[in-house]
Amino acid sequence: MKRLFAFVFTAFLSTFVLAQDMAPDVLVRTVTEDVLAAVRQDKDIQNGNTQKTIALIQTKVLPYFNFQRMTSLAVGRDWRQATPQQKEMLARQFQELLVRTYSNALSSYRDQTVRYRPFKMNPGETDVLVRTEVLQPGGRPIQLDYSLEKSDKGWKVYDVVVAGVSLVTNYRETFAQEIRAGGIDGLIRSLEAKNKSLAAGKAA
Amino acid sequence: MNIDIQRKSALRGWRGVLALAALALLAGCAGTTRAPSDKDPYEGFNRAMFEVHEGIDKAALKPLAKGYDAVVPLPARMGVHNFYENVWDLNRGANALFQGKGEEGMTGFGRLLINSTVGIFGLFDVASELGLDQGEEDFGQTLAVWGVSDGPYVFLPIIGPNTARDLVGWGVDQVFYPLWWDLDDVPLRNSLIALRAVEYRARLLPADKVVEEAALDKYAYIRSAYLQRRHSQIHDGRPPREQDDN
Repeated sequence: MKRLFAFVFTAFLSTFVLAQDMAPDVLVRTVTEDVLAAVRQDKDIQNGNTQKTIALIQTKVLPYFNFQRMTSLAVGRDWRQATPQQKEMLARQFQELLVRTYSNALSSYRDQTVRYRPFKMNPGETDVLVRTEVLQPGGRPIQLDYSLEKSDKGWKVYDVVVAGVSLVTNYRETFAQEIRAGGIDGLIRSLEAKNKSLAAGKAA
Repeated sequence: MNIDIQRKSALRGWRGVLALAALALLAGCAGTTRAPSDKDPYEGFNRAMFEVHEGIDKAALKPLAKGYDAVVPLPARMGVHNFYENVWDLNRGANALFQGKGEEGMTGFGRLLINSTVGIFGLFDVASELGLDQGEEDFGQTLAVWGVSDGPYVFLPIIGPNTARDLVGWGVDQVFYPLWWDLDDVPLRNSLIALRAVEYRARLLPADKVVEEAALDKYAYIRSAYLQRRHSQIHDGRPPREQDDN
């Protein structure tokens, strides 16, 4: 029993270490296939069980995302005025919003497959774009690209670009507008209100 | 599908669109490169039009699209979609050529030829299955490649988001879209236009929920997504990576 535990623990550790060392394209491919395999096996997720989908994203996807960086890019130059607490609140609320949106997209997943575009990286590069395509029966392929940045904890995604539309950039104008109207705290309040109404089950 | 195509008065019925387009082009030429926040100088007007659009969509377009989705089985919907898209390949091919992309242009015409014959009037997209993929091209992109800047952002009911340049491009593409080339059978032409609108809206249904959930401000969210999408399309899916400002 002890030995089994040791084995499982080592296996766990080695995947963890592996994930840290993975090249960005390998990381995107591994995480994508891992998530899709999980969705394919799970009837609850396919039937739109939000809680379960969110849990899946939290365990399998979030470790590879840098939400502080994502949030700082979406907030833009006002980020510098934010206090550390405000930064943390913003990142937490923004993460909740994106996870919920993404979970919705994931539960509408049916027969799509993902094609990984050729990836080249110069040695020493720390900021790359990994390009994939979602193939759907009877439709045009949808471009799905990931921006990754190298950190001391391995490569982390800081933006997702769907059909040329960056998720991060798409919030920039609204965020700037909210900050102009009510300051950083105003933006935090808006995000909180949005997340609350989504959690209550109505799309505001 | 026997469509009587006569060209003698090809612009009839689209005169309104052209007038609008010409107006938009004039407005567009006045604008040069702007910061993103300045791309929507008529925001008040646009937001009002957006509200009108949302009203029409809620009352008519969306219910129709939902009904279409529910009643027409998937293979038939794909046939309808392929039929319109097949004819669009002519526009895509021509625009690719206008942008100096010879090979892509020929792909467009090749697709049209194959799908119109082997694909039975375009009902089946045989060309894609043969690996003949066509990039998304339109006259707005052609104008961009020719150096016309975006111009102000314009949101119109039913037509949706556009830049002034792309509104002109859209108008020109519609005028040269073979299915609308002065069909003298006006009821048939109008039915074809209506079906296209419903079919188009039905394919956007899955995106509705995502936008509703993701957006703090739906108008701004759609505006930003549209402008980014066009920027990407103009660069054939590979826009230069921008430097972040912090």
